[in-house]
Amino acid sequence: MTETLPLGKAIGRALGDALAEDEKVVLLGEDIGKLGGVFRVTDGLQQQFGEARVIDSPLAESAIVGTAIGMAYRGYRPIVEIQFDGFMFPAFDQIVTQLARLHYRTAGRVRMPVTVRIPYGGHIGSVEHHAESPESYFAHTPGLRVVTCSSPQEAYSTMRAAIASDDPVIVFEPKAKYWGKGDVDTSVVRDLDTATVLTRGRDVTVACYGPTVQTALDAAVAASDEGIELEVIDLRSISPVDIDTVVDSVRRTGRLVVAHEAPAEASVSSEVVANVVERAFDALNAPPERVTGYDTPYPPSALEGHYLPSLDRILDAVDHVLGRRSSRSELALTGGAR
Amino acid sequence: MSIDVSARAAEHSAGLDEPLAILDPSGARHANAVLDGQLSDVDETALTDLYVDMALARRVDQEAFALTRQGELVLWPPSLGQEAAQVGSGRALRETDFVFGSYREHALAVLRGVTFRELLAVWQGTTQSGWDPQAYRMATPQIIIGAQTLHATGYAMGLRMDGADDVAIAYLGDGAMSEGDVNEAMVFASTFRVPAVFFCQNNHYAISEPVRLQSASPLAARATGFGIPALRVDGNDVLAVLAATRIALQRARRGGGPTFIEAVTYRIGPHTTTDDPTRYRDDEEVAQWRGKDPIDRLERHLAQNGARVDQIREEAQVRCDQAARDLRTAVTTGEMPRAETIFDHVYTTPTVRISEQRAQHLAFEASIEGES
Repeated sequence: MTETLPLGKAIGRALGDALAEDEKVVLLGEDIGKLGGVFRVTDGLQQQFGEARVIDSPLAESAIVGTAIGMAYRGYRPIVEIQFDGFMFPAFDQIVTQLARLHYRTAGRVRMPVTVRIPYGGHIGSVEHHAESPESYFAHTPGLRVVTCSSPQEAYSTMRAAIASDDPVIVFEPKAKYWGKGDVDTSVVRDLDTATVLTRGRDVTVACYGPTVQTALDAAVAASDEGIELEVIDLRSISPVDIDTVVDSVRRTGRLVVAHEAPAEASVSSEVVANVVERAFDALNAPPERVTGYDTPYPPSALEGHYLPSLDRILDAVDHVLGRRSSRSELALTGGAR
Repeated sequence: MSIDVSARAAEHSAGLDEPLAILDPSGARHANAVLDGQLSDVDETALTDLYVDMALARRVDQEAFALTRQGELVLWPPSLGQEAAQVGSGRALRETDFVFGSYREHALAVLRGVTFRELLAVWQGTTQSGWDPQAYRMATPQIIIGAQTLHATGYAMGLRMDGADDVAIAYLGDGAMSEGDVNEAMVFASTFRVPAVFFCQNNHYAISEPVRLQSASPLAARATGFGIPALRVDGNDVLAVLAATRIALQRARRGGGPTFIEAVTYRIGPHTTTDDPTRYRDDEEVAQWRGKDPIDRLERHLAQNGARVDQIREEAQVRCDQAARDLRTAVTTGEMPRAETIFDHVYTTPTVRISEQRAQHLAFEASIEGES
């Protein structure tokens, strides 16, 4: 069945469908019941499924994840919401020392089918701790699957796949895109391991995910005006990251730009670039470029437009890998390069 | 309204001023209005069983300690002195209750039927978990302090959703009481009124830090602030512990929500085999607690009751000697896991990445073997 839905509603639909299909699925989080979540993603679910299955929790992030682990021991499939990206750190210990490794620790005897939902990313003009991209912390942790989505269809299918997974899955929901509409076919299923190629192009591979995907697609349209073809890849899965798809693309284009909102140091882009260099060094016609948040704390929202990867910054990186005039070449000419 | 809840919790609490006790160190039995009703079925046979259980727990601990000194185990956290706290509470549980322990609950594991090989493999460094948590209804050792209290609470939330009358019991230490997770667990357990028991073995030290550094008031007194009734018992008195745990379990099974138990005991040995307790506590204090030994106490009580103590001691000795032999065999016949098991069970189905690393590692190993 296909329907036009905003991304946030598509996630809500996925949660509702999972609740309806499996009585072991329960939702737990702050403000998810009566309020329907601060972003209204869980709107109406408590009304429909009751307070026992859509549970408003006390304000304690470690407990939200820790009790979900206990429920999973008991055979439940909890889906927990951490209200904002910057609020996940109190839960970090339970996620990395417990959730991620109980399957390993018990030599496979315990399964942790827990889904952790984290609205993330910037461009909502909010205050500190409401606009961050902490995905690398989780990608660095073995035992977790880390995924994101960029469209209502992807949001629905990703959430269903995450809930169905017997591994713990961290789902980063691009909160700035919650209101963007698109068609959702509830019969579309996805795996949690693969990237998708959104536009085919011969000149430059642009790998990105989450909120940056739309920016990259816009950049592809802008670049085509100048006769440049971008191949935009939505990584979707941050861990494991689908390097095969990126390498195949780079073998065709010879050039790579990776874009995301998180800081560059020890990030998903570090991982993608390192892997491409390891596996397709011979195919590269230029050093890869990264367009990311800067290695600073997330700035005050008045400045976030400068911090976040913009269409122009992506195009600038594209120019650079193509050997065209770019801000990097200007910097080199003025002697400001390292 | 919250004051009412806390007042109600305080009403059902006991022992906060002076720990509840049945047996004194001389073995004499004293009446206790709170606990006595729980012990009507405890006859000489039951007392003998508790005695043998404690003796066995102590022997397992001593042998494992020795094996560590001999280099057979990499580490051991001794439970010497805490036998009554563990056996008394463990014997109150039924098989379908779920135990979320810390790392010192060896007696609990033995009572649950965990084999010596399964118990010791972790401390041998050959696995992170020797046993199947679901099979024994006991989670494997938890190293992160207090983390398991949330798991027990979540499990109990599940029990409540299932309408089951089993209970989840979390074991924690005095140091854990300072951790955020334990406090969060009590908030959740109280708010959702779940069938959980928080069993705190206050053994007076978190490695070197005395309990007064964790708390200015009795640990159990904190629970009432969460709206959780608390029972504070003499943790070296197996009957007091048994009775208190039974009260907590009954409350949980009847839908009365969580109970907090503080068993006031003492860790006679070091924190682990790498610790040096002479740096932070004096001999006098240790000697004082040795005088409150839980096993001696029950033995004296049995003797005062006219039980044939020689025979009971002998029976325990036979069991302990057999256990010591079995334990040694379990350790010396434990197998070294194959290297490639490093890559097993990271995910329910291996990712491409882990499969590649596994293949690379095996190729590397093979290349080394090829050289030699």
